[in-house]
Amino acid sequence: MTTPLRTERPPSAAARAVRRILHALGSLGGVVVVLLLCELLIRVGVLPGRFLPPPSVVLLTLATELTTPAPWLAMLDTLRGWAFGLGIATAIALPLGLLLGSNELAYRALRPVIEFLRPVPSVALVPLVFLLFSYDLGDGKIFLAAFASTWPLLVQTIYGVRNVLPVQIDTARSFHIPSFDVATRVVLPSAIPFIATGFRIASTVSLILVLTGEIVINAGGVGEAINAAREGSQVALMYAYVILAGLLGILINLVFRAIEHRALHWHPSHRVVAA
Amino acid sequence: MTRRRSALYIAAEVLTPLLIVIGVLIFTNGSAGFYFPPLQDVLVAFQRNWLFDRFGTDILPSLGRLFAGYLIAVVLGVALGVLLGHVRWLRRQMSPIIEFLRAIPPPALLPFTIIAIGVDSSAKIALIAFICIWPVLLNTMDGIAGIEPTIKDTGIVYRIRGRDSLLFVELRAASPQIFAGMRTALPLALILMVISEMVASTNGIGYFVIQSQRTFAIADMWSGIVLLGVLGYLLNLIFTLIERRALSWYLGARATTR
Repeated sequence: MTTPLRTERPPSAAARAVRRILHALGSLGGVVVVLLLCELLIRVGVLPGRFLPPPSVVLLTLATELTTPAPWLAMLDTLRGWAFGLGIATAIALPLGLLLGSNELAYRALRPVIEFLRPVPSVALVPLVFLLFSYDLGDGKIFLAAFASTWPLLVQTIYGVRNVLPVQIDTARSFHIPSFDVATRVVLPSAIPFIATGFRIASTVSLILVLTGEIVINAGGVGEAINAAREGSQVALMYAYVILAGLLGILINLVFRAIEHRALHWHPSHRVVAA
Repeated sequence: MTRRRSALYIAAEVLTPLLIVIGVLIFTNGSAGFYFPPLQDVLVAFQRNWLFDRFGTDILPSLGRLFAGYLIAVVLGVALGVLLGHVRWLRRQMSPIIEFLRAIPPPALLPFTIIAIGVDSSAKIALIAFICIWPVLLNTMDGIAGIEPTIKDTGIVYRIRGRDSLLFVELRAASPQIFAGMRTALPLALILMVISEMVASTNGIGYFVIQSQRTFAIADMWSGIVLLGVLGYLLNLIFTLIERRALSWYLGARATTR
């Protein structure tokens, strides 16, 4: 089995873009089929329409709702909580992770604590948040998000720093490179792929916890809107907001993937494979 | 020198948690305020509530729902993952839908299950299963689709077909990735168990915690939080043990190539 040699020139950028769009459209066929199937099953009455409104109704509700400011403000509120939660987690986890990764004694001392606190389901803290942040539940959801997203970032940073090949550090040392430069030019770059993965996980976790806070303790944003729509028995509106929550999740994931891809283009896992 | 060093490390590993416990003890007995009751009160409440007064009424229903939902997710996830891993066009058509469903933050579906199924146990199990299925499904799919051609060819040469091929070649080769998916799903199951019990329930650990908070039984509330922490830790530990056992061939092979 040999691959034929390609003699023609590689396609131009425009041609590649067109091909990519066509490919994306081609893989949307399944979505259309599933949506139509749902629509049909609900209209015919196989699936109960009382709590499963047809997709067309939901999408229409979403479209009309998007012309009002309410969903935009809710999304902004959710994103604000997400950003603050992730920001606080970064401010804690990154320096701490670098320290624990590079100092064996500190790592040994804090490892049991981290290993014990990490698997604690952060939603267990919801009642505490109720009590402590009763003056402003918006801060409560930020606390939840920060607590939960600190762990993946911290652990990934520690792994990343500890994963640096000793040869690299020894090489840098034998060239008499000052230790600060070793930290910023040698250790950090080789730890960054791990840290980037930690960021991606932490960003998802932060969004999940912000929405949990919003739904469980009614702390504003998309989550509260979902809950409010359910309590008002506006089923289609509830699904519309659930879709919005999903879109936020996809958006955040895409943005982080793109940043990671761009910042780490030199790393093997992100190199474009030539084949 | 090195021996003294390792003794220092071990001392650090033992002493820090001890110091932290003592710190918490001093803090909570001092002027920590109403919401942080003394540690010994929390421990007494823990003993009174969970060993074993509420074991049958709250812990067992909670764990039952957790495992039921998780098992359904693993079985369905692996089955669908094998199907999608084999059929390429189906995988391509379904992946946008899977990506979307996976991206929906789990608690956003809680109101949906309340409306669609109700507030009984089956609704909670369905919610746990629905959220936990995605990591398992995606990892199984990628694992099956990414099996090295050599492995498949070897299977064909030895005329391993049908059920044997699926059980002993494909699932085996994909099992490291399947386990990775199951590991991701486990904390999700615990989180959803707690959330679903906090919002609409009449029993379970989550219900107990939120009920204690509403009645300002702060020590009881903390005892529930501690229990959830211990549960999370134990589940993680048990899973690691099972994984190490099931994947010993794989971990061993990887260690030798290092």
